[in-house]
Amino acid sequence: MRLIWLLPLIPAAGAAVNGLAGVRWFGRAAAGAVACLAMLSAFAVALTASIALIRLPPEARAYDVTLGPWLPPIPLATAHGIGSFAAEWAFRLDPLATVMILVVTGIGLLIHVYATAYMMDEPRGGYARFFCYLNLFCAFMLLLVLASNFLVMFIGWEGVGLCSYLLIGYWYEKGSAATAGRKAFITNRIGDWGFLLGVFGVFHVFGTLDFHAVAQAVSSLPIEQSHFGELSIICLLLFIGATGKSAQIPLFVWLPDAMEGPTPVSALIHAATMVTAGVYMVGRNAVLFQHAPLVLAIIAIVGTLTALMAATIGLVQNDIKRVLAYSTVSQLGYMFLAAGVGAFAASTFHLLTHAFFKALLFLGSGAVIHAMAGEQDMQRMGGLRRFLPVTFVTMMIGALAIAGIPPLAGFFSKDEILLQAFSKNRALWALGSVTALMTAFYMFRLVALTFYGVYRGPSWPRHVPPAVGGPATLSIATAHGVRHPVDPDAHGLAHVPQHDLSHGPAHPVPIGPAAHAHEWHGPHEAPSAMTWPLMALAVGAIVCGFISIPPALGGTNALERFLEPSFGGTPAAATVEHARQPRADAEPATADQASNGREWALMLLAVTLAGAGVAAAWRLYVTRPEIPVRLAARWPGLHSLLWHKYFVDEFYGATLVRSTFASARGLWTFDARVVDGAVNGSGWMTRTVSWFSGIFDRVVVDGLVNFVGWSADEGSLVVRRGQTGLLQNYLLLIVLGVCVFLTVYLFAR
Amino acid sequence: MTYHLLSIVLFTPLAGALVLLFVPRAQVDAIRWIANAFALAGFVVSLPLWNFDVQAAQWHFVEKAEWIPSIGATYYLGVDGFSILLILLTTLMGFISVLSSWEAITDRVKEYYIVLLVLQTGMLGAFMSLDFLLFFLFWEVMLVPMYFVIGIWGGGRRLYSAIKFFLYTLVGSVVMLLGILALYFYNHTVTGVYTFDVTQFQQLAVPFNIQRWVFLAFFLGFAIKVPMFPFHTWLPDAHTDAPTAGSVILAAVLLKMGTYGFIRFSLPILPEASHYFVPLIVWLSVIGIVYGALVALAQTDWKRLVAYSSVSHMGMVMLGMFALTPVALTGSIVQQLNHGISTGALFLIVGIVYERRHTREISDYGGLSKVMPVFAVVFLIMTLSSIGLPALNGFIGELLILAGVFVVNKLWAAVAASGIVLGAAYMLWLYQRTMFGTVDKPENAKLTDLNLREFATFAPLIALAVWIGIYPAPLLRRLDTSVARVITRVNSVYGPALAKSNCTTPTAPAITRPPAPTPGAPSLDLTGFAACADEAAPKKPGGK
Repeated sequence: MRLIWLLPLIPAAGAAVNGLAGVRWFGRAAAGAVACLAMLSAFAVALTASIALIRLPPEARAYDVTLGPWLPPIPLATAHGIGSFAAEWAFRLDPLATVMILVVTGIGLLIHVYATAYMMDEPRGGYARFFCYLNLFCAFMLLLVLASNFLVMFIGWEGVGLCSYLLIGYWYEKGSAATAGRKAFITNRIGDWGFLLGVFGVFHVFGTLDFHAVAQAVSSLPIEQSHFGELSIICLLLFIGATGKSAQIPLFVWLPDAMEGPTPVSALIHAATMVTAGVYMVGRNAVLFQHAPLVLAIIAIVGTLTALMAATIGLVQNDIKRVLAYSTVSQLGYMFLAAGVGAFAASTFHLLTHAFFKALLFLGSGAVIHAMAGEQDMQRMGGLRRFLPVTFVTMMIGALAIAGIPPLAGFFSKDEILLQAFSKNRALWALGSVTALMTAFYMFRLVALTFYGVYRGPSWPRHVPPAVGGPATLSIATAHGVRHPVDPDAHGLAHVPQHDLSHGPAHPVPIGPAAHAHEWHGPHEAPSAMTWPLMALAVGAIVCGFISIPPALGGTNALERFLEPSFGGTPAAATVEHARQPRADAEPATADQASNGREWALMLLAVTLAGAGVAAAWRLYVTRPEIPVRLAARWPGLHSLLWHKYFVDEFYGATLVRSTFASARGLWTFDARVVDGAVNGSGWMTRTVSWFSGIFDRVVVDGLVNFVGWSADEGSLVVRRGQTGLLQNYLLLIVLGVCVFLTVYLFAR
Repeated sequence: MTYHLLSIVLFTPLAGALVLLFVPRAQVDAIRWIANAFALAGFVVSLPLWNFDVQAAQWHFVEKAEWIPSIGATYYLGVDGFSILLILLTTLMGFISVLSSWEAITDRVKEYYIVLLVLQTGMLGAFMSLDFLLFFLFWEVMLVPMYFVIGIWGGGRRLYSAIKFFLYTLVGSVVMLLGILALYFYNHTVTGVYTFDVTQFQQLAVPFNIQRWVFLAFFLGFAIKVPMFPFHTWLPDAHTDAPTAGSVILAAVLLKMGTYGFIRFSLPILPEASHYFVPLIVWLSVIGIVYGALVALAQTDWKRLVAYSSVSHMGMVMLGMFALTPVALTGSIVQQLNHGISTGALFLIVGIVYERRHTREISDYGGLSKVMPVFAVVFLIMTLSSIGLPALNGFIGELLILAGVFVVNKLWAAVAASGIVLGAAYMLWLYQRTMFGTVDKPENAKLTDLNLREFATFAPLIALAVWIGIYPAPLLRRLDTSVARVITRVNSVYGPALAKSNCTTPTAPAITRPPAPTPGAPSLDLTGFAACADEAAPKKPGGK
């Protein structure tokens, strides 16, 4: 346990090796091996630490490691005097973090293994780059979940966002991928704005950023039952951050677009781990949030509405990954619903089970896409269960799990959430149940469209006798440069199919994992590096529900008990746990029976709804496939609304994005015309004034000077007349002068 | 040796310029080697500055000699943690810009390097001077070489931009000189001594009426240099038309003259006026943050976009400074360094592609990741540093600034933080337009990746970005005393806390007092800073 600080560092080291050396010198095998080895060692460390933690008595299950200072303390005012703003590189392993590190490293490892085969068609450098990003992601994710204060968590929080950006835009030459990556990052940044302000608020109120210290400090504060005080504002700001990261209303729009990334990325980042960071963060601050019941109500409502909205959109989408993406948004909504009604343990439980079955479904869809050479449209699939038996069975398990069919994992966690919601608010429960029905429906619609019915995809050239292919085929195969790298069938020359030029346009996707640079020869099962992780995840999707069987079914809610210390176990939590609490009362038997009865009824209802969803999907897409078309034709408005995802993207585009760009252009004109215009104007004024003063200088000032000179000149002309140089004239003048003088002298006296 | 360390640091570049005078102009390679050697030497000799006494609150490496005794001007050099970091930034960026010019400058090579080295001495002198007249001398000395750099080796409308830069700055500095003279004569009426000694000015209790006018005079000089909205329009022009090295120096160091001036002169000498003008400056800064980011979003010229991002970032620096809290001021100083590192690097990055393609239009690029992978990684790291990704340097500065501003005014923090969202928008969009997509222009298909020399210009910046992001403690510790000196002067509420945290183990003092100070409640607490022994009961807030 002392080595938990190594957890983020191991994948980071893997990323560094692949990033610095791998992209240049490693082959695919080496790059993949480095990445998987890093994850394997991280998993081993995580497992060791978890076992060590579980062995401790429940109240001692927390372990802190501080590596050193990050931001040294500096005085800063808080609400209660001058505190000191500081942050340390500090990690904390507690039950909640234990669950998360196991999910991140365990499922992360499986997805890494899967990706080694899935990404095989990438160029060598790109392959290493991919695993560098993937390792880096795990490093940041582990940092996020192990952080013991807000700021270290924020490093991981933004770091996973960065990796998400890089991995969504992994095929950066594809414009839509690059745009989707940017959209994800910027949308997340909007959430981060709230998160950061929330963190400042936490410091302002508590004078510390350490989760544990905040939880302790807040438990002595009154619960803001009916007013929206500073705690509520802080929680609301933090929740804005969570809506960004976990794709909730109003910031969910980035997640469906994020499906532009390679499928392993969708499985790891956009299903199992990163998108749950918001849920995790709320759970991490459970005590704080419990003191802001109004915000918890907002969280529950937002979660429920998101779940419902995303599920309705998922009903009509045809892109296999988009269905799963909306399903993820919807399931995250469930987790927030759970957190909102105060059932943080149920929320984490669903996070765990969801990680298994959603990663499984995404990886399964990856296998399907791989089999279909990059095709993602379910309209062009069908009947694939014959070709992909392993994928079919495992995806079926995943679908059953998410639909909530007992005894698979999703049943337990979803049931727990609905039960808690029922005891808190019937409306939330009802909407959650409707969502559960739709979940079962769209998931089995996906299964039906993909694996049942008739094959609707493009045809492929059938095997030709080797004699016909002969040397010509060989040369074409080498011209392509790649043989099918993952399908053992392709390795025999006899199976190298004839080069069919007409086949090209059927697969116009130029960039993509399965845009095989070589001949495609029909849907085929994925190689074992891909099927093994599928099978492992399927096992997880079956059994991981059993770790927290509700008492009504004779279990002990083991996971919830385990997690309780992380959520504070405060009185607030106790009231939420009312369904169970009466057990300690004077009449345990009756209370127990009553609540058990209710639980049984709710479970039965939930299973019925799930079954109804499955049956409806079965009827609409397997036995009577013409019905959906008719339904869509009868309500074109509704269908269009769902098909266009409620036009939310269009709405944001027309308002937020457009106004930002309009104001940007407007201000740029303003800057050039007005602000710089003033500068240039004053320059122009100076020049004009100087021109006038130049004129003035030349005409008036210099004119005056010249006038003096001129007048002297002209005057001298006049005077010169007298200067004749003739002695007689001068003599005459003298005589005249003497006469005048004498006259004046004599008469003027 | 140590005694004259500052003079050695100061005059090493000038010595290089003198040596270059005697090298025949035809010997281009010799000139380049000599210039690079002196620039590197300038950096190396400045490194010992890093090891100053972090705890001591006095001026370090002080040198004092007579200069013009008749008017009381002295050759008075001295530094504290703040100026030491700026000096180190200057010597490093100076070397990097000299190194980056190796192939870019082919015309009048000798004059170019001489001018660049003289500029270097001018900038260093301004950061070291503790004599106001000496500071002003260096301040003006900087202008002329920069004017030549833009006007001779620039591109586009280089003469227009050079003259605009020169005149705009000159207007500010003339008014600033009036402010300096006002202080000079006021000091004489109070003490009877004619002196330009800044440390003496920092002890003065100038009447509020005079403070206000002097502050405005300083404000004009420094705000133009920063540049603050709405005095910023010289910057995009100067940046766009300057050669790469000129832009790098301009962004990394020259802009810091303004912020340095505010922190070194305006805040400690004119504390009450600083309080009085907080709303004005903060709102100009906040507008600058959002405005600069939005205008950057509208740019089609790569270099102009980076220039407007500078306006936004410097707004953040000014905001942190005038929050008048220790955390925000520390963040402001860190952000000055960060801006030097990341924006300097971004200008180098533009320079790299400009040298190859001779266009700055963003639309002329696209898909460069494919042909220049190493360049793409460097650009990505610097983009992330610029948008403040945690674990890189930019985050530390922005975090501290926003945290320090938040306790003063939540609205300021909220609006300023939106600049971070916009920052991500314009930088990532720039990155996408230039680096992602397919290589659709044939001219771009043959671009060569970074060579070793070019990579060498980025390597120290990347290392610094990561180091500051992950382990900023050594850096922040070096700022403690500088920040304490300024904050105790302008915001006495923090006096006891700062005095305490500087001497003893840094724990939050359990002081119960009214919440954060409101601007406009000026107070002078001269004793709080000096006395580390001042650990007794805290003084009354406000110090009225």
